[in-house]
Amino acid sequence: MHMDPNVSPIIAIEHLSFTFPDNTVALKDVTVDIAPNQVFVVFGPSRSGKSTLLRVLNRLSDLSEGAQRQGRVFFNGRDIFSPAVDVTELRRRLSMVFAIPTPLPGSIFDNLAYGLRMAGIRDAQTIERRITRALEQAALWDEVKDRLQSSAFALSGGQKQRLCLARSLAMEPDVILLDNPTSGLDPLSTATVEDSLIELKSRYTIIMVPHSVQQAARVADRAAFLMGGELIEAGTGRQMFANPKDRRTEDYVVGRFG
Amino acid sequence: MLKTEQAASLPAAQAETTPSRRHSGEWWIEQIIRGAGLSTIFIIGLIFLFLLREGLPAFVRISPLNLLGVRWYPIEELYGLLPLLVGSLLVTVGAVVIAVPLGLITAIYLGEIAPLWQRELLKPLIEVLAGIPSIVLGFLGWVALAPLVQQAGAPTGLTAFTGALILAYMSLPTIISISEDALYAVPKEYRDASLAIGATEWQTIWRVVVPAARSGIVIATVLGIGRAIGETMAVMMVTGNAANIPSLATGMFFQPVRTMTATIAAEMGEVAQGSLHYQALFAIGIVLFLLTFAINSLASMLIGGGKQQRSSQL
Repeated sequence: MHMDPNVSPIIAIEHLSFTFPDNTVALKDVTVDIAPNQVFVVFGPSRSGKSTLLRVLNRLSDLSEGAQRQGRVFFNGRDIFSPAVDVTELRRRLSMVFAIPTPLPGSIFDNLAYGLRMAGIRDAQTIERRITRALEQAALWDEVKDRLQSSAFALSGGQKQRLCLARSLAMEPDVILLDNPTSGLDPLSTATVEDSLIELKSRYTIIMVPHSVQQAARVADRAAFLMGGELIEAGTGRQMFANPKDRRTEDYVVGRFG
Repeated sequence: MLKTEQAASLPAAQAETTPSRRHSGEWWIEQIIRGAGLSTIFIIGLIFLFLLREGLPAFVRISPLNLLGVRWYPIEELYGLLPLLVGSLLVTVGAVVIAVPLGLITAIYLGEIAPLWQRELLKPLIEVLAGIPSIVLGFLGWVALAPLVQQAGAPTGLTAFTGALILAYMSLPTIISISEDALYAVPKEYRDASLAIGATEWQTIWRVVVPAARSGIVIATVLGIGRAIGETMAVMMVTGNAANIPSLATGMFFQPVRTMTATIAAEMGEVAQGSLHYQALFAIGIVLFLLTFAINSLASMLIGGGKQQRSSQL
């Protein structure tokens, strides 16, 4: 389950288990390394723990009161659950985009500036520069540059999702966590988002729960197949989707179930 | 069944012009619902007419100068409404200033910060608080609160401030539970989105959740004000009932006042029906009605604005 030994992983997950307060086991003893500057895809049938895995990585899982977690997660070699870690800072480094676009009430500009302002950045020029760059990276700049002050809710579904992506990018994180970012998007918007992801991986590490196996195959450098909270198999995208080792992965990839 | 088939077999144009016959049971239900709805409006209309009939003559028979005067002294035919207005205003504003921030903070604590067990303990308790009869709170204020206020340096314990405290306490459950509902209704996604880009929990609450719940919080505030301005008995017991305008200089909140509602309640029993005094009391009722109406209209205007904003989200 380990990757190229020459590259040190940006994230190392070791024996991670996660159980919700109602005793639903979301993750069972997951161990996997994630290399920097790649698109790492986590796929599998629904309720297999994909979203939970993403939410553990930036500790949004802390919000589930009474949940149980075992195992460790290292980000750049540091245990993210150590008491010395500043959760807020961690979430700035590992920024998350959700399945449902979540623009906040306010203008497009406010949405993008929000995270920066909350991080204590006051300089108007810095904010403007980072917003412009984030919008360009998310392939949204041309569509919204003339109406940054209009409500974020007036955007189309695909634009909203790219806005959320830009909001994360404006934070200049190390890792972008994408939980099914193209659900509910039309094929054209999906293609735009996928294209921007491939552009982005030179600067960021992208961990993504895909919308479909096809999407996973299109974007993955490496992929991990989860089922019932267990990591069945991880490997390069090419190997996982063309030549999976495990029977269950193969069945899922070719569509025998799922 | 047969009817549906017939209706379906009609050409579309004809089906539009001749409305399909409804089941008679449905017709009756609709009429009953309509009747119930209209009766409410009808009753409100009647109340308003009655108020006007009894109170309007006062505005004709009492000179405007007298009505706007600073003395309410019916025995000498002095019907100045100003002291009563100021009294109501002081007590209400005081109550709102105390209750709204406290209620909102409590709601935020309950909805966003408190662990589950505390929430489950506190919420029913707050509902019990809402059920305490106002006279009991008035008694409490009179026995327990007034001496404290006097000890704190006021000339008497029965002051506008004491009334405001009691009223604040009374309107707290309303403000808390409605604000909490409003906060609860804020989509979880907003919180996640804010936290996921590295905002702290407090930043998320203050900059995202509370603004998103704004319209509900405004409703809570207005209902709180409504409760405060209309309350009678508790206020009557603790405000000292002196119908004079407190002097501005010496801490106006710490002087006895009399509210409009208390005046009506205290004097209605002693007046001859149809007398000038009687009509003056109804005139107070009209003023109170108009004030409440104005506050409610203001509220629905504010809420309407909020709604428009919300619908543009979709």
